[in-house]
Amino acid sequence: MSNLSRIVITGIGLTAPNGNSVGEFRANLLAGRARVAELDVRHMGRHPAGVCDFDATRYQKRKELRNGTRAGSIAIYCAREALAASGIEWERYDKSRAGVYVGITEHGNVETENEVHSISQCGYDTRFWTHHHNPRTVANNPAGEVTINLGVTGPHYTIGAACAAGNAGLIQAAQMLQLGEVDLAFAGGVSESIHTFGIFAGFKNQGALAHHVDPCKASRPFDRDRNGIVISEGGAIYTLERLDEARRRGARIYGEILGWCINSDATNAVLPNPERQTECVSAAIARAGISPRDVHIVSTHATATPLGDVQECRALRRIFEGCPDTFINNTKSYIGHCMGAAGALELAGNLPSFDDGVVHPTINVDHLDPECVLPGLVVGSPRRVERVDTILNNSFGMLGINSVLIVGKLC
Amino acid sequence: MTQEKIHKIILNIIAEIAPDEDISNVNPDVRLRDQLSLDSMDFLDIVMELRKKHGIEVPEADYPQLASLASCGKYLLPKFQEKGL
Repeated sequence: MSNLSRIVITGIGLTAPNGNSVGEFRANLLAGRARVAELDVRHMGRHPAGVCDFDATRYQKRKELRNGTRAGSIAIYCAREALAASGIEWERYDKSRAGVYVGITEHGNVETENEVHSISQCGYDTRFWTHHHNPRTVANNPAGEVTINLGVTGPHYTIGAACAAGNAGLIQAAQMLQLGEVDLAFAGGVSESIHTFGIFAGFKNQGALAHHVDPCKASRPFDRDRNGIVISEGGAIYTLERLDEARRRGARIYGEILGWCINSDATNAVLPNPERQTECVSAAIARAGISPRDVHIVSTHATATPLGDVQECRALRRIFEGCPDTFINNTKSYIGHCMGAAGALELAGNLPSFDDGVVHPTINVDHLDPECVLPGLVVGSPRRVERVDTILNNSFGMLGINSVLIVGKLC
Repeated sequence: MTQEKIHKIILNIIAEIAPDEDISNVNPDVRLRDQLSLDSMDFLDIVMELRKKHGIEVPEADYPQLASLASCGKYLLPKFQEKGL
């Protein structure tokens, strides 16, 4: 990508079930602290779920919270936190040169289920269907709410990419910056999925919903006894800028977007395809102009489904065998699967490794599945490593969408 | 039912749909929009709450009647009375 602008991360804002800032999130990852609650899901009873507790009123009025969506609120909180971290003088910024690109797994299920439930209490009389339904459920809602809150007048839209969406939002933003469409991008992913029973019921009936007596141990990628996904909410939004402009204003640079790939399995709606995953990872590495040996952390997508984890391990084994300096971890073991936010959040959990040289571990692995044995897999406790210059972030989703993003330490 | 009670009903609805607003000193004779930060969606919320809580319908052509507390009281009083309230 030598003839294109270099794109860098200059701010991060996040909310995860175990942290509402990068610092808090990172501290909990290094301490091995999972945080998954037991949530009473409409029609479904109690299930483990990752619940965020950020202060939504920090950046929104109560009326805005009432009329808007949880996904929009998560996006606003994260975008505002990223902006604060970026040090940009927002009052003086040309807001027509900023864009908002938010990855989502789905949007509108929560609001639609709520309205159907609401009118079911009055004989399905649609006169009681809220007029807020359409602005809440249009697919651009979470990104659009950010523009209204921040006064951004450049482009905004969401990127629907199932659970590959967090990376996809960042990739879209990097491309738009390289095209010169914007000078500043708010990008990443969000999810409000825990508020829809449909996702729980869908995974349960697919045999892919996690259960465990201790909710904090329910998400257990790579463990022999894993039994499915813990559904979580969350968000991570980054400010991205072109390197020259970031340097000009003296910004702190958290990392550089080195390469990426999005491809499609073209095989099955739900079953992953390790061939295509391998191709996606390899293409991202090639695009970054590096070799597998140059990747120091692989942040896996693994969601703790019996097949999915094995398939990803198969793909990674092919690429990273013989790479002694490559270490592999998983963040869903702490917080469950944050769906559209997963890729962006998991990257945020790893980025501090550029500074502290520590790889946070995969937790909840009591008995490593022999089919998930990987060279360099960090299990149970953090590992201090010689160097962390490059992080490769996997994020895959239904309908066979794979996204891989590579971020490097700016040297 | 009295017009004053209707004022209270409308203020209670506003407190619910626009919780950031200070409704302690609303002048009944001044347009609500001129005193509070309310938009057209908020007025639709008032219409919806009247429907949900009191079974009262406000046809779209009559929405201007909801402009102030005084006009609400005058317009809605016969509707509440029709309901035996």
